[in-house]
Amino acid sequence: MRASGHDRVLDDLRDRIAHLERGGRSRRHGGLALGVPEIDNYLPDAGLAQGALHELIGGGPDVAHGASAALFAAAVLARAKGPVLWVLKARDLFAPGLAAAGLHPDRLIYAETGDEKHVLPVVEDGLRHKGLAGVIAESTRLGLTTSRRLQLAAEVSGVTAIVIHRWRGRGEPELGGTAAVTRWRLTALPAAPLADGVPGVGDSRWRLELLRCRGAEPALWTVEACDETGRLRLASDLADRSAEADVRRALAG
Amino acid sequence: MRRVVSVWLPTWPTDRLRRTSDAPSPDKPLVVAERQGSRRLVFAADAAAQELGIRPGITVALAQAMHPDITVVEAQPEADSAALERLAVWALRYAPLAAPDPPDGLIIDVSGAVHLHGGEAALLADIVRRLARSSVAARAAMAETGAAAWGLARFGPAGAIVPPGGVAAAVAGLPTAALRLDAATVAALGELGIDTVGELAATPRVSLALRFGPAVTGALDRLFGRAPEFLEPVLSPSIPHARLVFGDPLMHATGLAIALDKLADALCADLEGAGLGARQLDLRFRRVDNQVAALRVGAARATRDPAHIARLFGEQLETIDPGFGIEAAVLAAIRVEQLSLRQLETRSDDEDDEVDLAPLVDRISDRIGGARVYRLTPVESDIPERSARLVPALAPPSGRSWDDGPRPHRLFDPPQPVEVLALLPDHPPRFYAWNGRRYQVVQADGPESLFGEWWISDAEVFHLRDYYKVQDADGGRAWLFRATGPDGFRWFIQGLFA
Repeated sequence: MRASGHDRVLDDLRDRIAHLERGGRSRRHGGLALGVPEIDNYLPDAGLAQGALHELIGGGPDVAHGASAALFAAAVLARAKGPVLWVLKARDLFAPGLAAAGLHPDRLIYAETGDEKHVLPVVEDGLRHKGLAGVIAESTRLGLTTSRRLQLAAEVSGVTAIVIHRWRGRGEPELGGTAAVTRWRLTALPAAPLADGVPGVGDSRWRLELLRCRGAEPALWTVEACDETGRLRLASDLADRSAEADVRRALAG
Repeated sequence: MRRVVSVWLPTWPTDRLRRTSDAPSPDKPLVVAERQGSRRLVFAADAAAQELGIRPGITVALAQAMHPDITVVEAQPEADSAALERLAVWALRYAPLAAPDPPDGLIIDVSGAVHLHGGEAALLADIVRRLARSSVAARAAMAETGAAAWGLARFGPAGAIVPPGGVAAAVAGLPTAALRLDAATVAALGELGIDTVGELAATPRVSLALRFGPAVTGALDRLFGRAPEFLEPVLSPSIPHARLVFGDPLMHATGLAIALDKLADALCADLEGAGLGARQLDLRFRRVDNQVAALRVGAARATRDPAHIARLFGEQLETIDPGFGIEAAVLAAIRVEQLSLRQLETRSDDEDDEVDLAPLVDRISDRIGGARVYRLTPVESDIPERSARLVPALAPPSGRSWDDGPRPHRLFDPPQPVEVLALLPDHPPRFYAWNGRRYQVVQADGPESLFGEWWISDAEVFHLRDYYKVQDADGGRAWLFRATGPDGFRWFIQGLFA
């Protein structure tokens, strides 16, 4: 009896600390599983925290086009319930590709702003609308102040926000600090060759880097697509602890 | 930054007569006559009559002598201006501040509304095109001030658009009549050797004021935006509206918000009585200095919910500058639709399991334009860039999706040409060069052959596209195709896979 009472007090204290850490403003909305148990267990919310802001960067040449990032964002929000708002400057998404990731076209609303400056205000409109599964934004200019506004709006409504950074220039963008809960980089890797030397493209494979996460250390995984639906699994031939350590060192230094 | 459109209807009296139910015979040139003292003068002549050399201002007797076979109708200035007012109501489609500019024009303050119509040039072209479709001749111009737009619409090049700060240069060559001065003043200026606006603007103000009084300097000040222009937006009884006049002028956004709530309550009561719902609403404020400001919002679904209407205006209210105070406000439902009680009830029923997206779509449409918020739905087409069609964001769900082979996540439309090295013409490429980079292909899937849609265009009869999904040495995955036509083949990149 005494032990359980003790636990209750501790749990209560933990909740209150968590509440204070979030500025006393909000509640947890639970996590959105990525569908890879190893990664979901690693994340504090057993997945991508709902009602929070997440950042996504395409690695290598994909930083300009964001094809991998688009698939990842679509596949994650496909698991949530409700419509998804996709805010982009110009139309270059291919709807059949996103539909294959599980995001049915009836659920997906596009807002094509035509101008970079309208992207983030429209995202904020979406985040204030309870009932959306999430808002995906493609932006080049997420700053600290704007990201705070988006994070607050997401906390209040419980709508998940994913910002895909798109960079037109050469090389990686210089990303400053933001109020986002996580920051990911997704880099396409060459697929493993098909068995028995059959010609063709193997299952798509990516390096998934968790660059920043509130409540967890940076980490790195190599994942591949199970099938065409965008579902992921850890690449079978790689359990890359050393690479993970490299990333930690690099981020520390 | 103000952006004002002036529309000139050079043959308004005759164009209007042609549209009446007892219109004169369309085969004969039409002339409108007006009595001035003992003489009957031509007041307006349609295009056919003008081709015969009949100009406004000559006597009707002379016109009939020049060409006996014309129809002459007495002028009806009241009917002309009443019709002009109805035309101004129509022009509210472009912006909340539209007004008749008698005797033969419209003035529309399109500040802040240009992006909703695809840009300034598209907006002007749309006005002229729609009027032409109703057989109303029109010329339009856009500038920072109504006076400049007025002069350019009448005396400038067709479709003139003056960028901000460009008024002085744009009007310098116009005749002084473009300042809307009376004929006697224009003639007097001509005697002084001043024929253009540029010459007039370069003349010392003091001598102008001494010689002509405030008329000429006042016109110049309005032209260059140094003096305020007044615009009384049209409000016909056919538009449901509610009005509030304040005993003490309002100075703060809080007061405006309270006023808006009252107006919305009153307007919604009216709409309910008429069984209507608003699709587009204007909120107009008159300041004590007689300047008018306006906000416009649209609703993706007809509404008569006061709280929803107040929310639609929301933070926009803070953009209103009360100046020395706001003395009156009008909330008008510019576009309405039938909205029965039953529609309202069924809507609240299904809110339990479905999110009502209408308020969100409205907010976004207000920011970026309704045509830019959409969903995509499948279309039967073998050509990838044609396989999706835009539907309104609130269109009923189709339930359909795509079930093609592997499809990329980013699409280039149109496809971009690439340089390719392939061992044999019908082999997948070994290398391709795109955007200044060379990619070595290590794996490839394909080909998936898609035929051109010959039933859409003859040019596509011979077109065959062979698609390959290729992966380069760095892990990038692209969608390339070889287009085979009557004159050989070419390679394109159409998309990128994740």
